[in-house]
Amino acid sequence: MTTALPIIAVWLGSWGLNAWLSRFDTRLTRVLVALIFGASLIVLWEMTVRAYDVPAVILPAPSQIAASFAENARTLWIDFVQTILKGALSGWLIGAAAAICTAIAIDRSPFLQRGLLPIGNFVAALPIVGIAPILVMWFGFDWQSKAAVVVVMVFFPILVNTIAGLAATDALQRDLIATWSAGYWQSLWKLRLPAALPFIFNGLKISTTLALIGAIVAEFFGSPTRGMGFRISTAVGQLDMPLVWAEIVVAALAGTAFYGIVALIEARLTFWHPSQRK
Amino acid sequence: MNRVLPVLTVLLAIILIWYAAAFRLNLPWAERELERAEAEQSFSALFQNTMAQERPVLPAPHQVAVGLWDGLAGQKITSKRSLVWHGWVTLSATLAGFAIGTAAGILLAVGIVHSRAMDQSVMPWAIASQTVPILAIAPMVIVVMASIGVTGLLPKAIISAWLSFFPVLVGTVKGLRTPDAMQLDQMRSWNASAAQVFWRLRLPSSMPYLFASLKVAIAASLVGAIVGELPAGASAGLGARLLSGSYYGQTVQIWAALFTAAALAALLVIVIGWIERITLRRMGLER
Repeated sequence: MTTALPIIAVWLGSWGLNAWLSRFDTRLTRVLVALIFGASLIVLWEMTVRAYDVPAVILPAPSQIAASFAENARTLWIDFVQTILKGALSGWLIGAAAAICTAIAIDRSPFLQRGLLPIGNFVAALPIVGIAPILVMWFGFDWQSKAAVVVVMVFFPILVNTIAGLAATDALQRDLIATWSAGYWQSLWKLRLPAALPFIFNGLKISTTLALIGAIVAEFFGSPTRGMGFRISTAVGQLDMPLVWAEIVVAALAGTAFYGIVALIEARLTFWHPSQRK
Repeated sequence: MNRVLPVLTVLLAIILIWYAAAFRLNLPWAERELERAEAEQSFSALFQNTMAQERPVLPAPHQVAVGLWDGLAGQKITSKRSLVWHGWVTLSATLAGFAIGTAAGILLAVGIVHSRAMDQSVMPWAIASQTVPILAIAPMVIVVMASIGVTGLLPKAIISAWLSFFPVLVGTVKGLRTPDAMQLDQMRSWNASAAQVFWRLRLPSSMPYLFASLKVAIAASLVGAIVGELPAGASAGLGARLLSGSYYGQTVQIWAALFTAAALAALLVIVIGWIERITLRRMGLER
């Protein structure tokens, strides 16, 4: 009981501080509240692990993870390049480009739109990550097969969103641009693509995490001796949990940064949309 | 009719492309095999070979259909080769994870709607938790649980719960906040307590949002359960079927497991949609 007291004290203290801060509700306090909550979780984690002597195999303390992170920085960087930059990012770019081009092509045919949209919606809900073993067989163990998995995984969410977005302009707007005698490409470029951007970015943001998941999971089906999925499964085999958690930290940082960059580009390109108003 | 015809056309096109791709991808193996047998390399002989290989690069649709039928109906459902049995293992983990994830999501949402401190501290981290590719934790969760003696259903359920809690959380928060100021004022003028506002106004008006996110969540928890079966080299479940198929080059087995998973996902989403329709009709919310 006595070991639990400081833990409970820290929890109550940080919670009380947050409850007090949250009443001001300004931009600064909102950031502060979120940061204090995150920091208090880490402190509580560290205290719990130390107070109860939790073995590192079950749950390493944050300090151990940080030490392992610093120690294995080189390995982590190699894995980051292999999995995130080569596998996830290249696959995401190819998949997004292919999906947007396909959506524009489908948009010209109402027949295909009616036929492909339900199927696209259906496929987007399926466990596509399951095709990983097949694509690893086809494209080999290196990053190309991971990129292929990512391409297939991100394709349908972006496709479905882009098709919905291209249909987002109303008849009035299309009539107006027609009275200015704009051709198909002009109206696509000047009116319908900009109007579709919020939808496209919705698809792009959803697929950022899908891309990381695809690249990492595909490595469980075979990979060269580097990459985050490979490192996680071998480190688990050696019970080197701090290294596993260090990989998770890298994945978390990379995922957050990836999402953040896409959201930032969205804010710059769709500044006119109501959801971007402050 | 207006909607069925295009869908059928697209499906037919997909199957034709699939056959063409199967022919093209399996061709090199077929050529080598016929060369070794010193048989004549006519188109029909090659075509027949590409459609009936034992370990094709891409199995033809009918081969997958045979594999599926064999797995679903050709075995006793207690057999280890039966896809029904493997599907059940995955399904039970999915449902357990979905239940945990939904309960956690709804509880957190209720807290977030009622406490401003929780809104400002939990919500940003819940969003951040989803930018983490959580499936990366899958192998660790399983090993950790195994080391403290918990194996089988629960570790997989935790992974799928993690994937399903977020859509439920976001949808429920949004749904619980739909009642506008006028409705809330009305409740206040009736002197309703906070509990009454919650049970009579907030909860009912969140239902459409809740069901929309439940559909996303159940598909996500199936993915979680399947991926949870991969890393620990589990011997049961659709994920284990995928993994062993990939180890032994049994492509037909992989595709059959894949289609079972897809059908299972579709079935679960349909069931939720069905419950949604009944519930919303009873509440008079159906459009």
